[in-house]
Amino acid sequence: MFRVIVFFIAGLLLMGSARSLPAAAQPGSVLTVVAHDSFIYTQAVMEAFTERTGVAVEVLRLGDAGNLVNQSILSRENPLGDVMFGVDNTFLSRALEADLFVPYESTALETIDLAFVLDDQHRVTPVTVGDICLNYDVAYFADSDLPVPDDLRDLTNPAYRELLAMPNPALSSPGLAFLLLTVAVFGEVGDYTYLDYWRDLAVNQPYIAPDWTAAYYGAFRGADGGIGSHPLVVSYASSPPAEVFFAVEPLETAPTAAITEPRMCFRQIEFAGILHGTDNLATARQFIDFLIGREFQEDMPLNMFVFPVNEEAMLPPVFEEHAVLPAEPVTMDIERIDAGREIWIEAWTEVMLR
Amino acid sequence: MIRRAVLLLPPVLFLGLFLGYPLVTILGISFSAGEGVDLSGFGRIIGSAYHRELIIYTSGQAALATVITLGLALPAAGVFARYRWPGKSTMLALTTLPFVLPPVIVAAALLALVGERGLVNDALMSVTRQTAPLIRLERTAVIVIAAQVFYNFSVALRMIAGYWAAHSPRIEEAAQGMGVTGWRLWRQVRLPMLRPALFSAALLVFVFNFTSFGIMLILGGGQFVTLEVEIYTQTMSLFNLPLAGALSVVQIGVLLAVVLVYTRLQRTIITPRLTVAVAARLPVGWRQWRGVVAVNVALVLGIFAPLAALVVRSVIVNGELSFVHYGALASPGRGSVLAAPPLMAAGLSVGYALITTGLAVVLAVCAAYGLAGNTRRAGVSSVIDGLLMLPLTVSAVTLGLGFITALDEPPLNLRTSPLLVPIAHTLAALPFVIRSVLPALLAIPRSLREAAAVMGASHAMVLRRVDLPLVGRGMLVGASYAFTISMGEFGASLFVARPDAHTLPLVIYRLLGQPGASNYGQALAASVILLAICAFVFVLIERVQVGEGRAW
Repeated sequence: MFRVIVFFIAGLLLMGSARSLPAAAQPGSVLTVVAHDSFIYTQAVMEAFTERTGVAVEVLRLGDAGNLVNQSILSRENPLGDVMFGVDNTFLSRALEADLFVPYESTALETIDLAFVLDDQHRVTPVTVGDICLNYDVAYFADSDLPVPDDLRDLTNPAYRELLAMPNPALSSPGLAFLLLTVAVFGEVGDYTYLDYWRDLAVNQPYIAPDWTAAYYGAFRGADGGIGSHPLVVSYASSPPAEVFFAVEPLETAPTAAITEPRMCFRQIEFAGILHGTDNLATARQFIDFLIGREFQEDMPLNMFVFPVNEEAMLPPVFEEHAVLPAEPVTMDIERIDAGREIWIEAWTEVMLR
Repeated sequence: MIRRAVLLLPPVLFLGLFLGYPLVTILGISFSAGEGVDLSGFGRIIGSAYHRELIIYTSGQAALATVITLGLALPAAGVFARYRWPGKSTMLALTTLPFVLPPVIVAAALLALVGERGLVNDALMSVTRQTAPLIRLERTAVIVIAAQVFYNFSVALRMIAGYWAAHSPRIEEAAQGMGVTGWRLWRQVRLPMLRPALFSAALLVFVFNFTSFGIMLILGGGQFVTLEVEIYTQTMSLFNLPLAGALSVVQIGVLLAVVLVYTRLQRTIITPRLTVAVAARLPVGWRQWRGVVAVNVALVLGIFAPLAALVVRSVIVNGELSFVHYGALASPGRGSVLAAPPLMAAGLSVGYALITTGLAVVLAVCAAYGLAGNTRRAGVSSVIDGLLMLPLTVSAVTLGLGFITALDEPPLNLRTSPLLVPIAHTLAALPFVIRSVLPALLAIPRSLREAAAVMGASHAMVLRRVDLPLVGRGMLVGASYAFTISMGEFGASLFVARPDAHTLPLVIYRLLGQPGASNYGQALAASVILLAICAFVFVLIERVQVGEGRAW
């Protein structure tokens, strides 16, 4: 039995001395990018960066966007990587407040719509843009006398009872964006606040899912092959082209569509930033340039189903055909989001679930 | 007995390094977020009616689901312990399968059967010619509890059946001969005899129900929330670490109290007895066959039908039989979002699972022998025993953040190491394996070993000829759980950062992260592959001979 123990302790020491992978490589030869789980790209595009710079890119995925930010804040003294990709405008203030990033004003910014640049100190650089909108089951509304809702207030109409599925704002980032949309549209003071809206919506019993996946695949009926029973779901404006792109057999038209009317969509922008403490500053800057360069920006839509921020980037045909970028998406200052986020989530939970 | 106590060192060291240290670190950070020590979270919990109700609700639903699970598992276990029939051991092993699936897939499997657009409703609607679904379980407490039972049924069944089978039926027969039958037989003979296994199973099922997360949120439509969910919300979304830390401590406290009561009880309820396992026999007469048939039908309907629905949905595309989803999985290209081919993912998953199983079984056997040998200090033993259950009580998100903050410097710079994955899996698996081994070990009477020694058996021979046949079954049941827990990426490992290494569950999660029928179909196909690998391994494990008897 002592042999077992000796073996075990030897094993532990071995594990302890085994340096983790990124650190084992020579400094400067590997750039570590921390990202959320949805950071997907074409391998060849990333290899092009390595060829140009001689630096390999290693990606550490840290769960969803919220988890990414929280883990980065908690490991601030000894960061997990050189660059972070994937913090969005709904959580940006938390990351900025924790002073995670080294400012860097990329020269490539000139190709980007300045409306996406939310931090004038350039601690973060916008990389992707998308919109949280309602999606609907096209066949359901074609067969029904009900019109497709074109105003958030329609959802409180008794005719739309039990038709909506949505992710929980306290647990999911598209859910939070939808809550922020109602705050921006109805406001916090006045005759009819966002909470009045949610009280009315609660009467219609929306299905509250823990995350986007459970809402879209579990509760929504429009998803091709889905088992849900709700014809409306909170998702992305880019979901319909994904339905076409990821269809089993080629589709002429998408089985779903996004509702992109004014005051119905919330703009989500994702950012990248250089993490404090990196000893790869020069490469990290090159990587930021690379993320907003045309090559990566044109690769993004079909991998992450978001829109490029680079105005020169061409959209793939399936986006041209099936995606609509809402003309007047709702936005909100990150300062206002920062001041209200926790309060709104608590209030929403109180109204909807307790 | 000093040598025996030394055996406790490896498991205690392991838990101390990979659970205790990260936990203390993250709680330390949580309670010192502002200036000085901030324990305001505890005040908020005590002051808030919502949080008090949450703790009561979480415990209540866990208790209810546990009682139902045991109530259903007990009669089934009796049939499994006493009779044999073709395909029995395979069937028992396969009941563990629901454990391996991601919650969203389990929900899909259950809804495919009893959902508003599920098979049962379709059938009922066509029979009764109604247009609205007759059974509406979605978002009710019924389906939430049913899902908990679905998940945990096999834990109870296998633990009780394994223990029961190791007991001679002669005790029961003697009681029956004296006219003790029906309820009296259960109350006076069977339940006291099975108490160690019942308590072990109840403990695991209760703790597991208590920390339920995904399945409850999905099927309950957000209305049913456990303490674990609140910890997640406070940590991730509100980043209120003082409150999240306090909630974590409350959860650990409540569960640890339950565990300590149990480990204390375990010492008094397990009286070593000489057991002569008699091989299960073929049922005789229609009464016995009736029981066997009833259990089989119930298992098929309750556990295998939802899984079969999943398999069917993965191969039916637009109403026709097709393996297009499996083909797409094998070829990342158009219609696929994956960077890693799923075959590699499956290989990686199996690799992690084998490491986890080996590590967990070795540590658990060390722990069990260390605890069982330490008879003079029963109090100390039961406390250590309780602490070994700690991994199940710690919230996954808390532990994940603990890894990030604690294991960040040499010599333990593991936070981005692939090794952290099997370590996290082992943490989750260890309590299951210990609970599978320890009751059987405690039940071996000292006299049996002494008799063997007197007859000249060496220490090793006693282990092989006395202990192994009696404990082996428990070890193998524990090993299958360890394998399953690892394959299914249980708990904290989902919060572990890792370089581009994708296990099968991560492939499923990623596929389910984007819209499109192909992604969903491939996720189902990958789930079926996950099921198939586990089923294959279970059948292999079940064929292993332990000592004299078949190890099921």
